[in-house]
Amino acid sequence: MLDPAFTSALAAIVPGEALLTSAEDTRPYECDGLTLYRELPAAVVLPDDEAQVVRILELCHAARVPVVARGAGTSLSGGALPIADGVVLSLAKFRRIVSIDPLSRTAVVEPGVRNLAVSEAAAACGLFYAPDPSSQIACSIGGNVAENAGGVHCLKYGLTVHNVRKVRGVLVTGEIVEFGSDALDAPGYDLLALVTGSEGLLAVITQVTVKLLPKPREARVVLAAFDDLEKAGAAVGAVIGAGIIPGGLEMMDQPATRAVEPFVHAGYPLDAAAVLLVEADGTPEEVESEIAEIRQVLTAGGATSLRVSADEAERLLLWSGRKAAFPAVGRISPDYYCIDGTIPRAALPRVLAQIEAWSRDYGLPCANVFHAGDGNLHPLILFDAEKPGDKERTIEFGDRILELCIEVGGTITGEHGVGIEKIRGMCAQFPPGALERFHGVKRAFDERALLNPGKGVPTLARCAEFGRMHVHAGALPHPDLPRF
Amino acid sequence: MTAAAIDALQDAVRAAASGGGRLRIRGSGSKDFYGGALEGDVLDTRALRGIVAYAPTELVVTARAGTQLAEIEDELARHGQMLAFEPPRHGPGATLGGVVACGFSGPRRAAAGAVRDFVLGVRIVDGTGEALAFGGQVIKNVAGFDVSRLMAGALGTLGVLTEISLKCVPLPRVERTRAIDCDAADAIRRCNEWGGRPLPISATCHVAGRLWVRLSGAGPAVSAAAVEIGGADADDAAPWRAIRDQTHPFFAPAVTGPVPLWRLSVRSTAPCDDLGCDTLVEWGGALRWLVPRAPVEASRLRAWAAAHGGHATLYRAQDKSPGVFQPLAPAMAGLHERLKRTFDPHGILNHGRLYPAF
Repeated sequence: MLDPAFTSALAAIVPGEALLTSAEDTRPYECDGLTLYRELPAAVVLPDDEAQVVRILELCHAARVPVVARGAGTSLSGGALPIADGVVLSLAKFRRIVSIDPLSRTAVVEPGVRNLAVSEAAAACGLFYAPDPSSQIACSIGGNVAENAGGVHCLKYGLTVHNVRKVRGVLVTGEIVEFGSDALDAPGYDLLALVTGSEGLLAVITQVTVKLLPKPREARVVLAAFDDLEKAGAAVGAVIGAGIIPGGLEMMDQPATRAVEPFVHAGYPLDAAAVLLVEADGTPEEVESEIAEIRQVLTAGGATSLRVSADEAERLLLWSGRKAAFPAVGRISPDYYCIDGTIPRAALPRVLAQIEAWSRDYGLPCANVFHAGDGNLHPLILFDAEKPGDKERTIEFGDRILELCIEVGGTITGEHGVGIEKIRGMCAQFPPGALERFHGVKRAFDERALLNPGKGVPTLARCAEFGRMHVHAGALPHPDLPRF
Repeated sequence: MTAAAIDALQDAVRAAASGGGRLRIRGSGSKDFYGGALEGDVLDTRALRGIVAYAPTELVVTARAGTQLAEIEDELARHGQMLAFEPPRHGPGATLGGVVACGFSGPRRAAAGAVRDFVLGVRIVDGTGEALAFGGQVIKNVAGFDVSRLMAGALGTLGVLTEISLKCVPLPRVERTRAIDCDAADAIRRCNEWGGRPLPISATCHVAGRLWVRLSGAGPAVSAAAVEIGGADADDAAPWRAIRDQTHPFFAPAVTGPVPLWRLSVRSTAPCDDLGCDTLVEWGGALRWLVPRAPVEASRLRAWAAAHGGHATLYRAQDKSPGVFQPLAPAMAGLHERLKRTFDPHGILNHGRLYPAF
């Protein structure tokens, strides 16, 4: 419950309909794309402009009320999960594309603008915004920056951090700051890189300047089938070893292709153990020579069949199965849980074999879609939340996959973020010294730990509870450290 | 041997922490000219040497900070790969740690990205003497704050880099440089227009009435682009390495003489105003090197750069009293000082090298 005086102060900042406090109104905000975790916030506030954001943050800072910033709510790690005694600050009204400058190839957008809307608006100038997470029709740019979103084209075109020039935001104290610049760098520390992927813990974003790229004149995709996962994995390495950086390089295993084929009718070979989608883009000359090389490498790597898109419609069809993997899996299973970890590609056979073994042990089917080019794995665990114990076993299965990712030299999250979901995994991935520095970074921006507390970085105390941190003689290291 | 070198480094930092001393991190010293004051006892990183891991098909190389850039780039080239940000060396012994700490990127930056774009992970010894690791050896990794990229350009003020993992990329199949005679304003206009087309331009430079354009990529695409942009094939005098390392005659008054060199990083479409300086333009218009013809007010250059979306750095100078880097707004300065205290609470490491206050 919020102090009534605080609520009325909040009500004085925004128009009446922009402050929600009844459970009926705040219910839609109780979770994000990760529905395993839910919490009703004390209030949801939807400011119209930056000046209101400043006043809301000043008020929350003075009253020490936690704030969770929220965009489209598509996070898969619970990054926008509300705090029971806190305020959800929705940027849903920040929907303006402020400007597009075709000559300097930049767009200035508000954080609530959808990812795909940026590319749609830039298309008239022959430009596009490169990061394309699967949720791009719904997810918004503010969230993309907060999570450092990736997508299927990031091996060649980079992640959000590589495609953002400037972020304007508000610190929890109400101070307005700009990270980055309209040039290619900025003086001082690279706070633009630090804020990108900071999961709403450091500042509330109010405006983003993104880099736009010229649209490739042509793109074609090769669909390659393999009778063995290991061969498919090796073929990915062979493509890169041949000096080719494809526009997209994706893998799906048989459970994944079998789930999506009835949904999209792309003509995936269902007898294949795995398929690769390898895209070449650029000028027609470049695409032609690259496709020829890709065919050669994949054939030498043991592909049992190859299909090259003949036209744009076929290219989109071949991609549709990959893009629809999540909803397709959602169709064949009451619930599914998407895991997100990255591994060195060389470890792929070992990791996939272990996932398969665990899938049998737990009795939980698992479909794998994989950003193979950059080693980012997305096992989808199929379960039924209504079945007693299924959810708990699913979470345990997921945790084991992530611990395996760490063990082989990878990371617990490639692009979905830590949020609330991977707090436990952070304890396994980082020793106390690194976690303490993360807390130091947090304090440098938000001393009272009011912005999205409890997400992103675990307290050392929580790690101790999880039993994943060594606590010497019952004493926490640095007991004087503030916890959030 | 490396473990011993890191131990020695930690001991030196701890001794400075307890004795109130300061340390100045140094590899080969090729970038001693850069940044603010050089304060404290030299902490030499050259014992931290060698490539730790390199798997070409993973596109990742990990090397110790004191490893020479030449050694790393030669090894990558043997496997048909490169560091895409084309690191400036400014000297034969230049180390990986130095170029990452300085945040230097060369001619390919506008097309391929900056050093910070390729940093995947770092090991550091921070100002408390603790050895820490951030990031990793994989291309996609969003666990924890991105402290690795924060180290790029921090000039050693947040920690001593001991090991760095970088993304590498395949070497282009073909490279070809075209030369077009035109003035700077025309060059900047052309570069921005080309930027909106899918052309394989990997570097541009305008100096002394000539625009140089490097094309990199598949053979047919490079040939088609050469026709599309016009001009003539440049001879062997293509200036890329000389610009990267500032051995080009344009830089001579500042490198070997007493004249200051200004680096203005601005919006690529910023105009070509007369600022009383000779100018070399890189990065499709986004980077302007200025050699003053007569003394010029720092405040004038800083105001001009800020008006065009960027900032001005006094890159080389005998007199650094105007301040090397563009001053920060108060809220940003506060963030910097608090971050500095997080990683270097005693203010030991490279004090004053970035901003005088820390």
